[in-house]
Order: sequence, then C-alpha cells, then structure tokens
Amino acid sequence: MGLLSKKDSKLIMDPLADNNPITIQVLGICSALAITAQLKPSIVMAVSVLFVMGVGNVVISLMRNIIPSKIRIIVQLIVVATLVIIVDQVLKAFAYSLSKELSVFIGLIITNCIIMGRFEAFALGNKPWRSFLDGIGNAAGYGVILIIVGFFRELLGSGTLFGFPVLGNPVTKTGLYAIGYENNGFMVLPPMALIVVGIIIWVQRSKNKELIEEN
Amino acid sequence: MGLKQKLHTLKEKYRGKKMAPAFNALHTFLYLPNETTHSGSHVRAADDLKRTMNTVIMALIPCLIFGMFNAGYQTNLQTDPEITQAMGLFSGEFWNWSNFVIGFWKVLPLVIVSYGVGLAVEFLFAVIKGHEVEEGYLVTGMLVPLIVPIDIPLWMLVVAVIFGVVIGKEVFGGTGMNILNPALTIRAFLFFAYPTWMSGDKVWVHGAVETAGKPDAISGETILGSLAQNNEIGYSVMDMFLGFIPGSVGETSTLLILLGALFLIYTKIGSWRIMLSTVLGALAMGLIFNGVVSAGWIDSSSKFFGLMNTEFWHHLIIGGFAFGAVYMATDPVTASQTNKGKWIYGFLIGFISILIRVFNPAYPEGVMLAILLMNVFAPTIDHYVVQGNVKKRMKRIKVKTA
Repeated sequence: MGLLSKKDSKLIMDPLADNNPITIQVLGICSALAITAQLKPSIVMAVSVLFVMGVGNVVISLMRNIIPSKIRIIVQLIVVATLVIIVDQVLKAFAYSLSKELSVFIGLIITNCIIMGRFEAFALGNKPWRSFLDGIGNAAGYGVILIIVGFFRELLGSGTLFGFPVLGNPVTKTGLYAIGYENNGFMVLPPMALIVVGIIIWVQRSKNKELIEEN
Repeated sequence: MGLKQKLHTLKEKYRGKKMAPAFNALHTFLYLPNETTHSGSHVRAADDLKRTMNTVIMALIPCLIFGMFNAGYQTNLQTDPEITQAMGLFSGEFWNWSNFVIGFWKVLPLVIVSYGVGLAVEFLFAVIKGHEVEEGYLVTGMLVPLIVPIDIPLWMLVVAVIFGVVIGKEVFGGTGMNILNPALTIRAFLFFAYPTWMSGDKVWVHGAVETAGKPDAISGETILGSLAQNNEIGYSVMDMFLGFIPGSVGETSTLLILLGALFLIYTKIGSWRIMLSTVLGALAMGLIFNGVVSAGWIDSSSKFFGLMNTEFWHHLIIGGFAFGAVYMATDPVTASQTNKGKWIYGFLIGFISILIRVFNPAYPEGVMLAILLMNVFAPTIDHYVVQGNVKKRMKRIKVKTA
C-alpha cells in the first residue's frame, strides 16, 4: 500500500478484525440487533455509519484545538447530530421505503457508542488524516459484522437475500421448500441476532486465542 | 477376550490421544472402569451422576410407552372405524396393538434422532475440549422426544437439538454448568423457529397435517388450544387425567407422571419441594382467575374467559403442566439449590405458567416459558436466601457477644 504507511493501514485493519468494535469491544450492539433481520437495511446502516464516522472524526479532529474540554461532549453531539440529520434527510429523499424500515434507528446513530467513543479516544488527539482512517476503519469493522449477521438472518429467517428469494418460494413450494425445508422464524427475532453475534465472537476468539480475556 | 477387555486395551492405546474421551465414554457407559483411586480417602456414594440420570430415565419410560399408544390411539380414533372412544384405564380400545405399532414407528425416530444428534454433539465437544464425555445428555435425550408434537419433521429436531446442546449447554461449559434446561431450550427453539409445527390444531395428532383441508381431515386441537378460543372441550376429566388426549408425545398422562413423580421422590432424585410448590403456585393462580370470573369482572365475551373459567385444579391435568413440574422444573442443575429457594422457585413457576397460559393464547404452553424464566432467576433466589441466612446468623452472634 503506497498510499498508506504501515501505521496508517493498521488504523483501518485493526478494527476490522482484532479490535473489532462489536465483537471485541462489544459496542454498538443495539443497532446491530435491531436492524439486521435483513441484508439491505444492514448495508444501508453500515454505509450511514461509515459516512457519519468518517466525516465526524475529521471535523472533530480539525476542531480539536479550539474545543474547550469542558463542553467537548456537547460539541461532539452537535457534530454527530448534524451528520445524522444529513443521512436521515438523504435517505428520506432517495430511499423512502428503506428509511421507513430503519425508522428510528438512523436517528439513534447519534447514540451509537462507537462514534462517541472514537471521537473521544481518537479524533480529539490525532490529526485529520489519521482520524479519518480511524473512523473509516471502525465503521467498516462495525459494518462487516452487521452484514454478516444480516446475511445469515435474512437467508435463514426469510429465505431471501436483498429481498430476492434464493431458496425457492415458500408458498408454491419450489426449490428447497419442495423437500420440506421451512424458514426459521426465530432468526427474524432479535434474540437470535444476539446469538449470531455471540457465535461470531466465539469463532473469532477460538481462532485467535490472544483475544480471550483473563477473568 | 471379552468386550470389556477389548475396550480397555483400546483405552490404553488411545490414552492421551485426541479421540480418547470418545472411547472412554463407551467404556464407562457399559462397564465400571478398571482404575481405582489410590491415594487419600474419598467419600463413596452410590448415587453418582450416571445413576441419577438412569433413575430419571426409568421414571420416563412409562410416559414414553404410553405416548406411543396414545399417538396411535389419537389417529385411529379418527380414521379407523374399529377404534372407538376408550373407556377407563384398562380399555382395550387404547391398549391396542395397532395403536402401538403406529405410535412406535412415529416415536422411535424421534428418540433415535434426539439421542444420535445430541450424543454426536457431546462427543464432538469432548474430543475438541479434551475432557471426558459427560452423562448430561442421557436425560435430555429422553425428554426431548416426549415434549415435541408427534409429527414434527425430523430435520427440525436435528437443528433444534444441535442448537439446544451447543448454545444451551456447551457454551456455558457443559453438563452442570448450564443456566437453562437444555431440553426446554430445544423446545423453545422449535417453538419460536417453526411455530406452525409446534402450535395450532394440526400437529398434535399424527396425520393431521397431510389430511388438512380434505374431507377426511383429522382434527387435533389440544385442550388448551380449544380453551384459548373459548370452545367447549370434548374430553372428560378422567380422559385428561389418564391422558387419552392430544398433546406432545409424553406429556398427556397425568397418572403416569404422578407415578414417575412418586418414584423420583422415593429415590430422592427429584425434589418434592419443587414439585409441591409448583403445584401450589398453579393452584393459587388458578384460584385467582376463578375468583375473577365469579366476581363477574369478565364475562364470556372476553377472550380470556375460556381459560380463566377452567376450574383451578383442571390446570394441573391439561397441557404439559404436570410433565414440566415433575421432570423439568426439578432439574438439579438449573433449579434453585437452597431449600427455601426451591419453594420460591417452584411456586413462581406454577404461578407464572398459568398466568402465561391464560393471558397469552399465542403461547398456550406457559410451563415451558415459566420454567425457562425461573431458570434464569434461580441463582438470584439462592443468593438472597443465602444472604438472608448469613444475616440471621450474624445477628445471633451479636446477641451472644453483647
């Protein structure tokens, strides 16, 4: 990677795997459970967070020397809120049905702990370019898990991907349904999202034993 | 060279190898191991885990056999003109060879799948983790076929058993470490994943699904299902008590469950405190609902009327209540450990079971959910019981020293 130094690319790669905000830091779980019943909202959510975090980290990083530390949380909130409103309005304008489906969860990006966490922990003490990479990296790490969870939940829960039936038609009994397969209704319910995230955490930690915490 | 000797040489051969736990499990399941303890003194008790498990299984066998007869009986009652309504416990209409054959070939696959898949998962985890295979699945494997509808597709059972054993037990550390009762975890998974196969009026009698919509359709509504829809029930109290009613395979006969309960109490395997307090809890809730009806707060237009108006003690003999109270709530791993805790735990199970049963017709079997809920709270109950005891004794010390 000519564009990125080794240290910079670590900023992006780390949150994707060994320091993943969801599976390792266990942040941002609520939205991961709420909107991953289908793949499309998961991807839209991932992209929205990517935008908010990338831009937000840069903005905070640019202002880091002029923000009085006593009111920095308020400033961060205003930045996040502004960006989230932009995302919300864009979705309402160009993908109305999707924005209906995601409903309150776009607005709730404001409370996503990953975002405030990265503002506090990284953007306030680093230069804009590095902050940007950190934001992109963490949002991508969040998005990857969302997409994996969304993929399995939609495939097993509804038998579709992006709304297209991939396992056959459950009503007319074609494809897999012809031999008696049925959709797993539990996959559509939020508890199963938690279990799927748990399984991802389990697989990841058993592959990389260093990630297992000491009690 | 006998089988035992062969197994023993195999065990020696594989000592320290990856597959060792798998062979050891077979060896210790069939025979006493050759090793004896060499050092130190040990308290020896005959009631080891394996014996505990076997006792519970013995208590379950009558339910299993009755379930086979009942499965065939319920089908034949509607399809075979020669089979008529059974009268009394020793009715030839019920204890009929053709009933048994139908039921046997429907129930046996459930048992085989349950044990085969569950033990395969146990062996796999034992080999991966390098510990001995635990006996924990022996009872779960017998409970599972008894608490599912007769016509459940086998592949669903496979998926559910894998889920229940892995997520319900192995991730917590295996037998003895689980928070939730594995058999009920399996049933809950089936219930939420494939609700059309676990509730409604099609699944409780063998053949009802295939014949649905045809002129010779078999109807298979359970009593709880009818009551939830405010329908009249066509079964006498005696039928309910003896178990000549549709329902999950082994849960219908309150009489046999009662005998199983006495057996478990006599052998000191099951806790009578839990069983008794569960029954008391259910009766209390049933009386409250009866009171609500007789006070005239709701009338027959209410959708809860059917179940609320059920006489309070009928709740004990319909649905899976008796089975849950005797075989599920008493699971020593997931229940409360303290004696006072057992009373609270059991009472709340009974209380909440009937509450869910009445107020949520979508989940007609409240026992499953009530037990799972109380499983989660059991450690908390124990904690407060122990803390209360500590406080009491501290006070006693203070009085003495003062």
